[in-house]
Amino acid sequence: MKHALKIAAIALALGIAGTGMAAAEQVKVGIAAEPYPPFAAPDASGNWIGWEVDFMNAVCAEAKLDCVLTPVAWDGIIPALNSKKIDAIMASMSITAERQKTIDFSDKYYNTPTGVIGAKDQTFDASPEALAGKIIGVQVSTIHQEYVNAHFGDAAEVKEYQTQDEANQDLAAGRIDATQADAIALQAFLESDQGKACCELKGYVKDDPAILGAGVGVGMRKGETELKDKINAAIKAIRANGTYDAITKKYFDFDVYGG
Amino acid sequence: MSDPSTTLAAYVPPKGRSLLEPHRIFLMLIFAVLVFCVIWFMRWDWLPRYGTRLLHGIWQTLVMLFSTVAVGFLLAVPIGLVRVTGPKPLAWLANGFCTVIRGTPLLLQLWLLYYGLGSLFAQYPEIRSSFLWPYLRQAWPYGFLALTISFAAYEGEVMRGAFAGVPRGELEAANAFGMSRWTAFRRIWLPRAIHRALPTLNGETVLQLKSTPLVATITVVDAYAVISKVRQETYLTYEPLLLLALIYLCLTGMLIVAFRYFENRIPTRGA
Amino acid sequence: MATTPTLFDFSLLALSPPGWGGVLLAGFVSSIQLAVGGYVFGLLIGIFGAFGKLYGGPIVRDLLEVYTTLIRAVPELVLILLLYYAGTDAVNQLLTLAGYGPIDINGLVAGIFVIAVVQGAYSTEVLRGAIKAVPGGEIEAARAYGMSPLKVLRRVTLPAMLPFAIPGLANLWLIATKDTALLAVVGFSELTLVTRQAAGATKAYFLFFCAAGVLYLALTLVSNVFIRIIEKHSRRGMPGPV
Repeated sequence: MKHALKIAAIALALGIAGTGMAAAEQVKVGIAAEPYPPFAAPDASGNWIGWEVDFMNAVCAEAKLDCVLTPVAWDGIIPALNSKKIDAIMASMSITAERQKTIDFSDKYYNTPTGVIGAKDQTFDASPEALAGKIIGVQVSTIHQEYVNAHFGDAAEVKEYQTQDEANQDLAAGRIDATQADAIALQAFLESDQGKACCELKGYVKDDPAILGAGVGVGMRKGETELKDKINAAIKAIRANGTYDAITKKYFDFDVYGG
Repeated sequence: MSDPSTTLAAYVPPKGRSLLEPHRIFLMLIFAVLVFCVIWFMRWDWLPRYGTRLLHGIWQTLVMLFSTVAVGFLLAVPIGLVRVTGPKPLAWLANGFCTVIRGTPLLLQLWLLYYGLGSLFAQYPEIRSSFLWPYLRQAWPYGFLALTISFAAYEGEVMRGAFAGVPRGELEAANAFGMSRWTAFRRIWLPRAIHRALPTLNGETVLQLKSTPLVATITVVDAYAVISKVRQETYLTYEPLLLLALIYLCLTGMLIVAFRYFENRIPTRGA
Repeated sequence: MATTPTLFDFSLLALSPPGWGGVLLAGFVSSIQLAVGGYVFGLLIGIFGAFGKLYGGPIVRDLLEVYTTLIRAVPELVLILLLYYAGTDAVNQLLTLAGYGPIDINGLVAGIFVIAVVQGAYSTEVLRGAIKAVPGGEIEAARAYGMSPLKVLRRVTLPAMLPFAIPGLANLWLIATKDTALLAVVGFSELTLVTRQAAGATKAYFLFFCAAGVLYLALTLVSNVFIRIIEKHSRRGMPGPV
C-alpha cells in the first residue's frame, strides 16, 4: 500500500510538472492513430512518418512551437481537442462548415480530389447510377461519409469504418464493393501489393464544395487565435520559402496544395 | 456496539432497508437535481432524429446477446463434460481452448477473426465463389462467432465445476437402478449439472451483455454503434455516452429481474 | 493455413526495424503499466470502498452502493470512453475552479485512472465479501486483548481476510490485463492498438494478432503461476484446500 501511495505521489508530481511544461508553448498535435499513408503512418520502429508529419515538423519549426505528436482515435479526435488532450489536429481533416461549428481551422494546407476505388472484377464508375446496389465503405466522420450518404446513400448500402485502412482491408477481402476517400491516400493503397492484386481506381466523384469543403486545415479549439495566427503565418512562410515544395517532392510528383 | 472505538471491529448489517429513510430522501433529491441539470443544461435535441435507429440498435444488441448465450451454453456443456470425463486428448483440447480464450482479450479475438479471416479471403478467390460468401461478407457472423466462443469458454469453466460437483452418490444410485451410462447421464448427471450451473448464468449473461458493444468495432450496427454515429455527427462528447450508459443500465436491470423471476420458478429441490 | 508464405512471415516480428517486434513489445510494456497501475489504484479504491460499505455511515454506504452498481452494470467500453474524456475534463475544471491552470494529463495517467475506477468497483465487492467472511470471534478476541481499531485492522482483519480475497483479486488482475485492450478504442498505444497498426501497415493480420495473443496469454499464464504461489502462501495454517 505504501508503494501505491508512492506511485500516487509520483503521478501527482508528474501532473504538476506538466503544468510547468504547458507554459513552455508545448503544443500537442493530434494525428489519427491509424496508418494513413502517404500522409502519416507508423514505421516498424514506432515512429510516425509521411508527408503530413514532415509538414507538421516544418510548420512547428517555423512557428517556433514545441510540437509533440500525439496519436488519438480518429472518431474521438474532436472531443480530444475540446477536452484539451491535444491542442491541434493535423490529421488530413477537411475544413467543413459543420466542423467549424465546433472547432476552428487554419488556412488550408492541402487539397486533393476525391476518388472511388473498387474491385477489379467489377466495372462501374463513380456516378450515383453505377454505384446503385453496391456496398460502399467509408471512414466515419469524414467528408467522404457525408458525401456518400448524400449522393449515393439512397441507392447504395453504406458501411462505416473507424479507419480508412479497415475499409481498404474489407475491400480487398471482398466484403465491400467500393470505397471513397482522398485520391492520394487511395493511390497509396492501390500501389501496395494487396491493392495491386484486388482493386483499381474507378473514377473521381463530382465535386460538391458544400460537403467536400475547401481543403485540409489544422484544427484548433475555438478562440485560440494566437495559435491560429502563428500556424497560419508559418504555413504561409513555408509555402513561400520552398520548404513546402521540398517536402512535397519527397512524396509526390505533383503539387498537393491544389488550386 | 455503542462504544465508538469498536465500530471498526465487527460487521454490522444495515438495519433498515427502507427506501424512505431520511438520508435516502436527501440523496434522492440530490440525484433528482443532478438528473434535472443533465436534462436541462445538456443538448438532447438530436434524440428524436436517432430514436428509431437507436431502437433498432438495441434490438441488434439483444439478438446478439441471446443468440450467443444460447449457442455458447450449448457448446459449454460438451466442453465442461470432456474436461471432467476425458478422453484425455479431448480434455487437453478443451482445457487449452478455455485457457487461450480466457487468457486473451475479446477485442483481439474479434479483430483476429474479422480482419485475419478477411485477409485470408483476399488470398483465396475460391472462397468468394462459394455459397457461404453472402454470409461471410457480412460482419455479424464474425461478431456472433467471437462472442459465442468467448461465452462457451467462460461457461465451459463453470460447467466443468458443475459436472465435477454432482455428488457421486447420485450417480451411484442411478447405477444401482440399472440405468445405462447414457441414461444416467441424460436423466441424472446432465440435469443436475445444468441445475448447478444455472445460478451463474445470470452473472455470465450480464458479462456477455457488457461484451456486446465490442462488435461495433467490426461494423456491426448495435446500440453502441448508433451512439458512436450520434457522437460523430453531432460532435457531442458526453450526452450520447450518458444515454448509452443508461440504456445498458436498464438492460442489465431487466436481465437481473428476468433471471430472478425464472430462478424463483425453477424448483430448488427434486430437479 | 500456412500454404502461403505471406501469411506467416516471421521476419516481420524481428525486434529491430524492419521487424515490428520492438513496437509490439513496447505496446506490451505500456499494457502492463496500465494494468499494474489500474489494478493497484483499483485496489486502493476497493479497500476504502469495502470499509466504507461495511462501517461507513448510511450516506457513504448508499453512495458506494450506487458506485459499484453503476460500474458493474455498464459495459467497460462505454465507461472507458466516458471516463477517458470526462475524467480528465472534470479534473481540469476542478483545478481551474480551485485557481490552478489546467494540467497536462498524459494518456497513461488517464488510462490508469479509467482502469482503476472500473476495477475499484469490483475490488470493493471482493474485499467486502472477504472481510465479512472473517470469523467474528477472531476480531472479538483481538478486541479483548485491547487492540485499537486500527491495530485490529492491520493485525487481524486484513491478514485474516486475505485467503478469502485472493481468488477474487487474482481474477480481477486477469480482467485488468484484458481490459487494457479496450483503451485501443480511444487511441491509446497499448498492445492491441499497435498490433492493429502493425497489421494494417504490413497486411499480415493473422501473424500480428496471433503474436499479440501469445503475449497476452503469456502474461496470463505467468500471472497464474504467481497467483498459485501467493494463494499457497496466504493459506498457511488453514485447513486443507477448500
